[in-house]
Amino acid sequence: MQHFEITQLLEAIYFRYGYDFRHYARASLERKVINRLRLAKLVNISAMTCKILYEPSFFNLFLKDMSVTVTEMFRDPYVFKKIRTSVCQHLKTYSRVNIWHVGCATGEEAYSMAILLDEEGLLPRTRIYATDYNNHSLELATRGNYKADKMPQYNENYLKSGGKSSLSHYYQQQGNIINFDDSLKKYITFANHNLMKDQVFAQMHLVFCRNVLIYFDATLQNSVLNLLKESLIHRGFLILGDKESLDFSQQREYFENYANKERIYRLCANL
Amino acid sequence: MPIKKESTDFAPTYEALVIGVSAGGLKALSAIIPSLPSDFPLPIVIVPHRKHETEDYLVSYLNKRSSLTVLSASIGAPIKQGCVYIAPSGYHLLIERDKTFSLSIDGKVNYSIPSIDILFDSAAIAYQETLIGLILTGANNDGSLGLRSINFYHGLSLVQDPKSAEFSVMPQTAISTTHVNYILPLVDISDFLIRLLME
Ligand SMILES: C[S@@+](CC[C@H](N)C(=O)[O-])C[C@H]1O[C@@H](n2cnc3c(N)ncnc32)[C@H](O)[C@@H]1O
Repeated sequence: MQHFEITQLLEAIYFRYGYDFRHYARASLERKVINRLRLAKLVNISAMTCKILYEPSFFNLFLKDMSVTVTEMFRDPYVFKKIRTSVCQHLKTYSRVNIWHVGCATGEEAYSMAILLDEEGLLPRTRIYATDYNNHSLELATRGNYKADKMPQYNENYLKSGGKSSLSHYYQQQGNIINFDDSLKKYITFANHNLMKDQVFAQMHLVFCRNVLIYFDATLQNSVLNLLKESLIHRGFLILGDKESLDFSQQREYFENYANKERIYRLCANL
Repeated sequence: MPIKKESTDFAPTYEALVIGVSAGGLKALSAIIPSLPSDFPLPIVIVPHRKHETEDYLVSYLNKRSSLTVLSASIGAPIKQGCVYIAPSGYHLLIERDKTFSLSIDGKVNYSIPSIDILFDSAAIAYQETLIGLILTGANNDGSLGLRSINFYHGLSLVQDPKSAEFSVMPQTAISTTHVNYILPLVDISDFLIRLLME
């Protein structure tokens, strides 16, 4: 019954707002729906469907629920270490480099990458695109403000990833808030991009899509991976999350393993 | 001790066992998992609280000592008998209705990622009355609401006797939050499961 009602809710959202959540992994979506149901004191999911259909502001709340996530700087430091010591050698052979952070959330991963590129002397020739479908997250990311008490942990990650100085070198602190320098920000473009419907917008040398596919079912994963493949230049790099892989996807054959443990893939030469 | 489920006349067939454990977990799990035989009929899924680490020490530690196969739960993997799945650190672990795993990195629940409530709630929906939930030692409140969900779907709820727990808060909270079918001392848990499911 609950399953049926949620299916109807998702159909209604797709019909009314064009957001296609029908291909999201159901268990975590269901949990968020039930939480919202309780908070809004609604009697059942069908009542929620009705409210969503008629109140765009309530739909916005739902959207926010769906994309409240956490991220951190230099998550899985060994991945950034591999980028620094190995992938960067390839990036250095290009005069212009485009990098895309897909599902960038509040931006920590994009700032991490900007710092790494700065230290490898690549930042001036790079444009970092960082996209998400959550405008609220994008606003926070654009501002580049983060809680200062997270910095010791981030700095530890940064050093493990092969960082050459100290994170504090890249930000100004005021009270419990830090703000990343404009010298990093000017290389990053934060923008709205919805993987459920938007298309490729530039040719990329390196694409990060970490911990986004875990939210999708196999169908949506395939269409997203196809989009990412299309966005990569010849021999471009794709990096997935620690627990994600291409192993069961239709795109597997187009990619070779570049670094297994780090989940770094590279487009095959013969395409 | 009679171990037929109360309130029903027929013995239900169980399909999965989920376990939540926090502080003191290594010892508690070591007293249970290695004592189960390789033909133990249910898949076991465990959420242990711990820091996000790349190398999963717990998996290899338990695997070396057990006749069941202990492994890290991975996305989309079908949940199989003969296996003990451990939630990877830094992710919430959920079970889908088709009885495969999924992961998320949504915010912490009860200060924890992975959270026991998240696994138990999703497992309760997926397995309904064929689920067994077990709460072990721990110093926080995670898992109580999850155990309540398991009750709601008429699964079987088990809690380690707080007196036998290294940290009693978690089992104690579970007991005061919801009706619990059996409260068991740590040393009896593996035997209880074997008798319930294999005799
Ligand atoms: C867990 S975060 C990943 C953050 C970062 N990449 C990391 O690994 O730490 C997942 C992000 O995916 C975004 N997302 C989910 N569905 C999306 C979609 N259809 N289009 C674009 N972004 C999406 C969410 O808004 C969220 O910010």
